[in-house]
Amino acid sequence: MFETVLVANRGEIARRVIRTVQRMGLRAVAVHSEVDAGLPYVREADEAVAIGPAAPAESYRNAAAVLEAARQTGAEAIHPGYGFLAEDHRFAMQVKDAGLVWVGPSSAAIEAMGDKIRARNLVAAAGVPVSRGTAAPVVDLDAAVAAARGIGYPLMVKASAGGGGMGMAVAGDEAELRAQFERVQGFAGRMFGDPAVLLEQYFPRVRHVEVQVLGLADGRVVALGERDCSVQRRNQKLVEETPSPAVGPALRGEMVAAAVRAAESVGYRGAGTVECLLDVETGDFVFLEMNTRLQVEHPVTELVHGIDLVQQQLLVAAGRPPSFDPATLRPSGHAIELRVNAEDPVRFLPGPGTITEWREPSGEGVRVDAGYAVGTTVTPHYDSLMAKVVVHGTDRAEALDRARAAVADFRLAGPKSNLAFHAELLEDPRFVSGDYDTGLVAAMRA
Amino acid sequence: MANEIRAEMVANVWKVVVSQGDSVADGDTLVILESMKMEIPVLAEAAGTITALHVGEGDVVQEGDVIAEIG
Repeated sequence: MFETVLVANRGEIARRVIRTVQRMGLRAVAVHSEVDAGLPYVREADEAVAIGPAAPAESYRNAAAVLEAARQTGAEAIHPGYGFLAEDHRFAMQVKDAGLVWVGPSSAAIEAMGDKIRARNLVAAAGVPVSRGTAAPVVDLDAAVAAARGIGYPLMVKASAGGGGMGMAVAGDEAELRAQFERVQGFAGRMFGDPAVLLEQYFPRVRHVEVQVLGLADGRVVALGERDCSVQRRNQKLVEETPSPAVGPALRGEMVAAAVRAAESVGYRGAGTVECLLDVETGDFVFLEMNTRLQVEHPVTELVHGIDLVQQQLLVAAGRPPSFDPATLRPSGHAIELRVNAEDPVRFLPGPGTITEWREPSGEGVRVDAGYAVGTTVTPHYDSLMAKVVVHGTDRAEALDRARAAVADFRLAGPKSNLAFHAELLEDPRFVSGDYDTGLVAAMRA
Repeated sequence: MANEIRAEMVANVWKVVVSQGDSVADGDTLVILESMKMEIPVLAEAAGTITALHVGEGDVVQEGDVIAEIG
């Protein structure tokens, strides 16, 4: 087994990975930008290397600087965390070419799943349900109208180059398609410099449900249940839970089998996530995408299974079997994760700042993965995630109670924070009932 | 009456969607700001014509800075 692991990330995830590396008796190397020098993960690593200025392109996304840090410190393996270089297939290849161990799937698997259209075709061929949609961009209105006959209404008109919910519109019939197509095409051209438009089946009420998979060193792929990530603002997750209140044993069996087939279609190794949309009206699910890395919300899966997913990633990367027996592993209880972000609780606008007060909740069934501490500064250069409050209970009601208590106990001042949103959500009858969809946050703010 | 659209936070100007002289409808996206990896669209608060545009892509705006004026 390798003895030194470089963690090519920052904040809460770097700290969390470093903890497992050290618990396994290995040495952890941190890398950091100039503005992150004072963060807890830098202090807690066995060695830390400054790799550049604040801008991610010059530090955390700078492959050459990260590889040079590995060379300087004698690191033999690189764990990318999530974001930054985690899904950069060229970087995965460079790591391997440098004679280091990449803690993640093969460069080829990352590349295959990174191209959304190719991924969709791959998993469809493996028997995984996908939504109806155009396989390539639609060039003009006549082509759009023709394609729409095969997809059916309502459908989503979206900019091929878009993302984050921008450049999208719903068309309920052909007349609306005619109006929306030109609007979206014009917007896409002005915004992204690329007027290509895609058409997709539109689901009025969906939940975002994803399956955690782990490709073992012996080539088998095992699934570790699902996570429901339907509490979102601006198409970004705020709260995740497992099991999903909307998934029963039969549906779970189907989703897990589909996720394993999707991962097997690219010879997947290590931790990955197969994201699906679940149509609340029909109970049907379709493949959305596969994230070829550790997910922000992985702790809920860890709590109900009693395993450490980062440890499994490191074991798989070292060619070893996992720490658990996949044939007998069963989840227990219910877990919920709340993302504590530096943003206001009403409009979710970012508000960085220096932390003047920071007291994390604790107690039975409460885990906090935090990237900051009192005296450190949340800067505008990176995402707004400050900490994840993760609770585990014997059932959903107990998990909700523990989440309410944990949110009330969290003392935080300096940057803006969305703790008040979480307190509100945990009392919202729709969330408490479990009967909610991705429209919940918008409905709470309507 | 001119309507001043101001930045609500410190941010980078990621995209400028409109040009001076464009007519816009209430709710149209004028520029998109970026802060903390979030894209924050800045919307027109009234219909009218863009009479002044005070930012360019790559600029940094402070809270309260005027981004555009709609007349």
